[in-house]
Amino acid sequence: MSPILQLRGLSKSFGAVVVADKLSYEMQSGEALGIIGPNGAGKTTMFNLITGTLTPDKGDVIFLSKDVTKYSAARRCRLGMARSFQVPQPFSGMTVFENAMIAATQAAGLSGWVAEDSCLKVLEQTNLLDKANVLAGSLNLLDRKRLELTRALCAKPKLLMLDEIAGGLTESECISLVHTIKDIHAQGVSVIWIEHVVHALMAVVDRLIVIDFGKKIAEGPPKEIMASSEVQEIYLGIEVDG
Amino acid sequence: MRVTRTSQAAKIAAILGAGVLVVLIIAPWWAGRADMRLMGELFLYLALASLWNLMAGYAGLVSVGQQAYVGFGGYMLFALTIFAGFPPIVAIAGAGVLGALISVPVALLIFRLRGAYFAIGTWVIAEVFRLSFAQISALGGGSGSSLPVKIVRSMADGRLAREALSYWLALGIAFCVIAAVYMFLRSRQGLALTAIRDNELAASSLGIDIWWTKFIVYVAASALTAMIGALIFLQKLRISPDAAFSVNDWTAFVIFIVVIGGIGTIEGPIIGTLIFFALRETLADLGTVYLMVLGVVAILIMLRAPKGIWGLVRARFDLQLFPLGYRVVSDKVKGD
Repeated sequence: MSPILQLRGLSKSFGAVVVADKLSYEMQSGEALGIIGPNGAGKTTMFNLITGTLTPDKGDVIFLSKDVTKYSAARRCRLGMARSFQVPQPFSGMTVFENAMIAATQAAGLSGWVAEDSCLKVLEQTNLLDKANVLAGSLNLLDRKRLELTRALCAKPKLLMLDEIAGGLTESECISLVHTIKDIHAQGVSVIWIEHVVHALMAVVDRLIVIDFGKKIAEGPPKEIMASSEVQEIYLGIEVDG
Repeated sequence: MRVTRTSQAAKIAAILGAGVLVVLIIAPWWAGRADMRLMGELFLYLALASLWNLMAGYAGLVSVGQQAYVGFGGYMLFALTIFAGFPPIVAIAGAGVLGALISVPVALLIFRLRGAYFAIGTWVIAEVFRLSFAQISALGGGSGSSLPVKIVRSMADGRLAREALSYWLALGIAFCVIAAVYMFLRSRQGLALTAIRDNELAASSLGIDIWWTKFIVYVAASALTAMIGALIFLQKLRISPDAAFSVNDWTAFVIFIVVIGGIGTIEGPIIGTLIFFALRETLADLGTVYLMVLGVVAILIMLRAPKGIWGLVRARFDLQLFPLGYRVVSDKVKGD
């Protein structure tokens, strides 16, 4: 299998603050990759660099064997990456269904009833169908997060990028979210997921990467990584002696 | 479960609208000359306002320099008929094409500016246009020139026929502009434009090229504005730099119309134009007091109803005569 995404020495700093420090890793097509790290570690910044919302100072982003470092966010999306935002970014003046239609028509390039059908299916999957005609600006935070996932799915991505969508969900909602993501992954979509709700993440991903101060600290199978002393110390804040 | 893009109110409005359109088309047989002149002017303002609304209300391009294209179009009508010998109708289309061409370098320049700086930039460009045309002595320089009688006569035989033709042209362009804006906003590109208006970050992350979408809107609006400008000065028969590039006549009144009618709606400019002409016709005898009344009306509406008169109507009755959105019809869906 060929890698779907490669990061090569991605670096970015704002003044003296380094937010990405020579980030390098590869992701195989069809893989599910989890990203963990403390708040402010640079996880969302890494997403911004991959999707093109931010331009790196150094390094390259290779997506589907193409160097997309100089591509705009819009062009990268049309190539097949879609993300959800940690802080929801709804089109407030449009209905939930219209929000989904934006993704289906602009990102996935669908039109007419094919686009409409695809949106209805995704809305059913993300439990937002009953609010399809509600203005996105009047949704509560939980539904806004659902809308983020909905739009990302309607974009029909090859690489689905999720940024903390499990936070604040009840136990049963979390289980249904894990099911949804597993379904998408089973269809062959590669998933990269930043999450603090570790048990949800562990249920889905094949591999974990730990990030702190913009640096990759550790990388490997989820159970091994969670048990390692560096992660216990850095991520969970537990002092490890010796 | 199905998705609909229309409503009962919109269907009734479309039928009524078609009826009104027929009555307006046969106006030369029932209206007086003064009324036709007034209606012709009203249609041209309606077209200008609809375009300004598309730019400011949907694309976020708040221009205070659209008089650049009104004046440019007017001057192109004179230049193409006098020097190139084009028939006036062909010259109007030519003004549109040239308007599109000139708007491309202008857009490349002013699209580097954001928000208030963009607005100021458009005004500066309009002044540059005014000063440039004042230098062209073949077109009368600073004092302007008149359309030769021969060219005016070439349009149609007799004064009545000419006035009817220029009325139909004005009605035609207003209809075409509103229809084009409506079709554009319902299209895939229009959906992208509305998304940009709501959230640029999310729009760009969902595959929408923001710069390109705004650029298309700017060039199309400029081309149509130039055609309207050509029509305006075909009615006036005389052009001068001060009249052609007047910020008051072609931008301030247009903004007034859009703001009181309701920015960001297709219905708003229609209501706004009717109110503007009603005020103008009843208060015109008052001289400068008329302009002060306009100002007070604008301030009151901005304070009391920031979304304009159509915004009030829409909030109270949930009414859309030009439906743009989508509605999911299903027993599983709430919120209807």
